Amino acid sequence: MALPRFFLRATNLARNPSIFSQNSYKVTSRYFHVSNCAFAERLYTDKHEWVEINNKIGTIGISEYAQEALGDVVYAQLPDVDTVLLQKDECGALESVKAASEIYSPVSGKVVEKNVGVEDTPSLINSSCYEKGWLFRVELTNESEISKLMSESQYKEFLKTQESH
Amino acid sequence: MFTRITLNFTKRNFSSEVGGKTTALYNFHLKNGGKIVNFGGFLLPVQYNDLKIVNSHLFTRRSASLFDVSHMLQTEIRGKTCIDYVESTCTADIQGMEDNTASLTVFLNEKGGILDDLIVTKISEEHLYIVSNAARREHDQTLLLKALDAHKKRYPSADINVTFFDPSEKSLIALQGPKAAEALTSITDVDISKLYFMNTLVGNVANVPDCRITRCGYTGEDGFEISVPSSNIEQVSEALIANENVKLAGLGARDSLRLEAGLCLYGNDITADTTPVEGALTWLVAKKRRELKNFPGAEVVLEQIKEGSMVKRIGLISESGPPARQGAIILGADSRPIGHVTSGCPSPSLGKNIAMGYVPVGQSKKGTELSLKIRDKIYEAVVSKTPFVPAHYYTKKK
Repeated sequence: MALPRFFLRATNLARNPSIFSQNSYKVTSRYFHVSNCAFAERLYTDKHEWVEINNKIGTIGISEYAQEALGDVVYAQLPDVDTVLLQKDECGALESVKAASEIYSPVSGKVVEKNVGVEDTPSLINSSCYEKGWLFRVELTNESEISKLMSESQYKEFLKTQESH
Repeated sequence: MFTRITLNFTKRNFSSEVGGKTTALYNFHLKNGGKIVNFGGFLLPVQYNDLKIVNSHLFTRRSASLFDVSHMLQTEIRGKTCIDYVESTCTADIQGMEDNTASLTVFLNEKGGILDDLIVTKISEEHLYIVSNAARREHDQTLLLKALDAHKKRYPSADINVTFFDPSEKSLIALQGPKAAEALTSITDVDISKLYFMNTLVGNVANVPDCRITRCGYTGEDGFEISVPSSNIEQVSEALIANENVKLAGLGARDSLRLEAGLCLYGNDITADTTPVEGALTWLVAKKRRELKNFPGAEVVLEQIKEGSMVKRIGLISESGPPARQGAIILGADSRPIGHVTSGCPSPSLGKNIAMGYVPVGQSKKGTELSLKIRDKIYEAVVSKTPFVPAHYYTKKK
């Protein structure tokens, strides 16, 4: 997701770290998520999307940091099923009162499912960005490219560099 | 800003530097959980931790909110021919205004393009007070000083004193909402029950003397803008938010509130490329000034008033789909592009998407069905009257 510069700057400029620590990390980080008998680690992009891969199917959403920066999501535009995406393709957008942010696919593949629940109730992205607020699922066509993504710990380090600018 | 459009604030309003100037309330904002952003070169809160933008917006409409607008340029002008001087830059009939009243007006260029919008207050024949946009601070200062030179050529004996206040000297806060008057009454020694919309007076607020209280604002609600010496601004702000009906609000809510109220954001909805007629602000061109034809760009503007302009600013409502943001294309009935959106957001009060934009006059009539192109998809929209949400100004009953 392309976070508006507005918000990146919002965090960059905060002189008082408590402003953000209160909400940004309220979700306890879960490094592993058990499903379908496989361990899947959430991987992240520098645009704050995450993807969790199980048997070639990648589930995609936005990070806690991103949902917090975006604020209340009022509209989710998701890619339709069968859309073929390349890694980093712009494939949708999330709208809040204050901003619109594009969604970029973290992986290449074909969209096999989109989260209709999120289209109906966009606030799920705020309340449950790693579970009920997932956005769409992709059948991966190039698994090697996940090496370009960040692990949870790398992403956390990345966020620190974002805030210390 | 952002990879595409997004926020309703203009790109230009954001300085590229990480640093920025602060208002006298900066530490107060931090203490109260303000999320600070750089807006027009100033570090200001976009919202506060305790309230989401939507809730802050709705709270303003039903109770009252306090906004720090100290980044705006406050100017005082004194001197015998000061009315003639300021009238040479704008379209207001300041001569015809009563003392202690204020008016919205616009600085125009020679082509009738809008250089800024501002509130001019006539305190007396020899004393004016102006509030103009933060993003235009330097521009407006240059404009006023150039106009002063020209004025001095016309009136060599003119003795005019122009003072531009820095936010470190003078602060400005806006108290807005249906409970604003009640909250202010409880901490001021002046009677504001007879202070009507666009009227001004000076009084004590929270025991701070010399506060200029003007009944105006930019949310469509009743409210006040209060100019306070910066050394005392925290005292006044603390006293106001001590009232349970008043909460702090940031730039996020300010933007969606002004949009619902159909009010223009300079740089988005009106620019040097739009005239008052195109901007649906013909009412700002005072009758007497039309007769005298003595404002910048008068020829162009008067011709447009007579013959109509090619394009016009309109309001748009879309019931579903994503909100149209600045730059979204407006399509006519034949699906051809006819204009673009200048600002837009989901309206917290209406639960629909609202936007403003420019279209050819022939397609600007209320109820005209148009479409919006947002990220390559087409959505229906209808031309709507503005304000989108009725205004609640405190005007004198007739």
